[in-house]
Amino acid sequence: MKETFSLFKPRKLGTLLIGRKTLTQFFGVFVFLVMSVLSFSIVEANDFELALQDLGNKSRTKIKKAIKELGNQGNPAALPALEALKGNRLRISDDGVLIILNESGDKGRNALSEKQVDLKALNLRKPRINNSVRRVLSSTIGKLQLQSSDPNIRLAAAEQLLKKSSGGLVELVEKALAKETSDEIREVFFLVLAKEGLKSDDKKKRLQSLKIIKKFGNNDFKNVLESLLRKNEKGEFLESYSEVRDNAKKAISSIERRQFFIDQIANLFYGMSLGSILLLAALGLAITFGLMGVINMAHGEMLMIGAYSTFVIQNLFRDYLPNLFDWYLIAAIPTAFIVSGVVGIIMERSVIRHLYGRPLETLLATWGISLVLIQTVRLIFGAQNVEVANPSYLSGGIQAFNGVVLPFNRIAIIIFVIFVVILVWTLLQKSSLGLQVRAVTQNRGMASCVGISTRKIDMYTFGLGSGVAGLGGVALSQVGNVGPELGQLYIVDSFMVVVLGGVGKIAGTVAGAMGLGVLNKFLEPVAGAVLGKILVLVLIIIVIQKRPQGLFALKGRMVDD
Amino acid sequence: MIKTISELHSFKGWLFNFLLLGLAVVLLPLLNIWLPEDSAWHVPNYMFPLIGKYLCYALVALAVDLIWGYTGILSLGHGVFFSIGGYAMGMYLMRSIGKEGVYKSDLPDFMVFLDWKELPWYWYGFDNFIFTLLVILVIPGLLAFIFGYFAFRSRIKGVYFAIITQAMTFALMLLFFRNNTGFGGNNGLTDFKRILGYSLQEPSTKMGIYIITALILFLSYVLSRYIVKSKLGRVLIAIRDAESRVMFSGYNTLHYKLAIWTLSAFLCGIAGALYVPQVGIINPSEMQPSNSIEMAIWVAVGGRGTLGGALVGAGLVNGAKSWFTVAAPDYWLYFLGGLFIVVTLFFPKGFVGIFSRSSSKNNKEVILND
Repeated sequence: MKETFSLFKPRKLGTLLIGRKTLTQFFGVFVFLVMSVLSFSIVEANDFELALQDLGNKSRTKIKKAIKELGNQGNPAALPALEALKGNRLRISDDGVLIILNESGDKGRNALSEKQVDLKALNLRKPRINNSVRRVLSSTIGKLQLQSSDPNIRLAAAEQLLKKSSGGLVELVEKALAKETSDEIREVFFLVLAKEGLKSDDKKKRLQSLKIIKKFGNNDFKNVLESLLRKNEKGEFLESYSEVRDNAKKAISSIERRQFFIDQIANLFYGMSLGSILLLAALGLAITFGLMGVINMAHGEMLMIGAYSTFVIQNLFRDYLPNLFDWYLIAAIPTAFIVSGVVGIIMERSVIRHLYGRPLETLLATWGISLVLIQTVRLIFGAQNVEVANPSYLSGGIQAFNGVVLPFNRIAIIIFVIFVVILVWTLLQKSSLGLQVRAVTQNRGMASCVGISTRKIDMYTFGLGSGVAGLGGVALSQVGNVGPELGQLYIVDSFMVVVLGGVGKIAGTVAGAMGLGVLNKFLEPVAGAVLGKILVLVLIIIVIQKRPQGLFALKGRMVDD
Repeated sequence: MIKTISELHSFKGWLFNFLLLGLAVVLLPLLNIWLPEDSAWHVPNYMFPLIGKYLCYALVALAVDLIWGYTGILSLGHGVFFSIGGYAMGMYLMRSIGKEGVYKSDLPDFMVFLDWKELPWYWYGFDNFIFTLLVILVIPGLLAFIFGYFAFRSRIKGVYFAIITQAMTFALMLLFFRNNTGFGGNNGLTDFKRILGYSLQEPSTKMGIYIITALILFLSYVLSRYIVKSKLGRVLIAIRDAESRVMFSGYNTLHYKLAIWTLSAFLCGIAGALYVPQVGIINPSEMQPSNSIEMAIWVAVGGRGTLGGALVGAGLVNGAKSWFTVAAPDYWLYFLGGLFIVVTLFFPKGFVGIFSRSSSKNNKEVILND
């Protein structure tokens, strides 16, 4: 025990970052290759085949014997058949061929050859098993899983052991631990042994176990440890040695510290994720409001239009290009940009340009436009939320720490927002269009004098702002519901971001969005979701007291009247 | 004093006002009581809470016109003051249900439902009508005063002020939507039984509340007219048209803005309190930011800076809303949205502006200003 313990190396950053998902894919392929090789080496597999065949035997004793035999052979290839037996999905045909049914029970395959079989043509019977067979079965499955060549199965089996009592399997775990090479799985094995060790009569063994728990344990251990500190009815400690109790206390506080640290990391990540969504929503607003001084209350609806464009593209791909379905998101990005941008340009041409210099009127008129847009979408797509599916490469996530999963779609949005910010920044700072936009922003009359068509620039800027909002809509469709009122949810927050960040600066918008997102997520566990949000709003009002022009405002001595 | 008030309108103007008031408080109730129900001129019972509701909206529009039409400050938070007045009245009405609720408990039903054992401290005193009246008169104004003090002190104005008030509305709406806040969550307060011992189901009670509403609206109108014609009103218009010049002339605009902003919220709170017994429910959706924006369009449709226009606008828009939601619910938002666009683009002076041949100077300045 002690030696194996010292062999442990700290978990590598590599496993941490690559995570389980990629490992699954990689090892899935690997296992498949190994299995296909195995199925051709008949000689080696002979004993295995015989034992497997006996699972369909009519005698329960023979079945038990076959299960034990499979366990002793230690060939993980037996797992599918054993699990099917356990899950009541194994059938035997009249000529004794084993058939494994799928989960829904409408398809079957041969347990040995892996070939699909026609269920209707066969007369099938269920294998004869009872509870005593099931007990042998469960422990054998656990045993085989621990020896599986797929680390994910090994890890899952080890975690299963950790959750349930692992009594009686200690030797097996120790054996598996000696062979195990993956640090992640070794850690779980150590914990399994430590959990058992706490029950030991040997004080040294208990102390040793506590040390391990202190080092790797997670929240699940808190109950076990606290039970060590409890007293019985007579007021005596259940754990008689104070040394053990002290160590248990230390282990608890160490677990709590670690959990706190992990929680903060998770908060930071989710805060950044929320911030990046806010940023996508607010970036377009920063362009139209910050650069042009136009209050666009229909900005939220540009997000909604972007999200619905994604929905339409998704449906088109599903109907016409089902093979390329996963790529619909890539196609949706330019589509959403163009659709939202065009709607924005139409708005600018038809309504907003008549209201330049009258921000309050613009506010009301654009609010009217937003009502019209919402109702139009409602009449076309219905008032219910529509479903936008994540492409397969965005579903799932990385398990970074125990209990902290970083979903791929959120990571993708963070990357996407970086891309969009760089795009917008380059466009405004490095392109000639951007130069003209900034010129018009700073001095409309002068820009017009030097030959810039201010009307055209207004149109393009508004189109750009709306298009960026459309991009935000694509991102939102991946993490939330898509419905006609989508935009209304974000409009207040987006304005807060822009007001907080200060007008006319992309950096301010980025800081405002990230700050609000992270602050929100850190306040949520303390104050609850709603109160947290209210606190943030109060905080913004206070900040604006001190810095009425926003945190990142341009310095100047202008009088605004 | 009396002389100054009588100078607010020409003789014809006062005659018109009193005729309207007489029509509302005397003629309509008489038509209801005296005429048999099958008569073509009979005013049915259900009309009174309905007209009463419109009168409450008109009072809100009056309040919005004072702050927006005359002072140039667009508030997107008047729904909050309206709702707070409404909630205060609702709390009184809840308490006066007594033990006749579904659960036969002394506590309001929703509290029993949430398994609360005793009344939260902020519900104390609402058994008493005088205390409730005090809350209705003080709290919305106080909230507005505090909020306005901090906002105006740091010279937040124009669209910034509009956005901040909208954020406040949004935050308070979220707060009231929570069950734990203690105001009935998203169901709000409802199932009222009686007010001051009179059953709310009785047509006579409904008519009484309606008459009180009409009288209060009339008094508020006279008060508002008095204010806008006074020196205070002149300063307010000056602030609307060129705030920095007013400041450079030695006025502390903070005081003026704060005063009219608080008064506006005060009127809104009263409107909310009158609204609740007539519609029989108050819930957080009254605080939706969209409701507050709608209030602005009532004033814009009627004509900003005219007081009378605000009343007309509230009636027109809400009348249209009642008609649309029955006849063509799918097109109501098109109509409302279109109204926002058309009025701001083509009729900045609103309904009153279309019909008054001699457009007054005030209205012109509205357009030039912001």
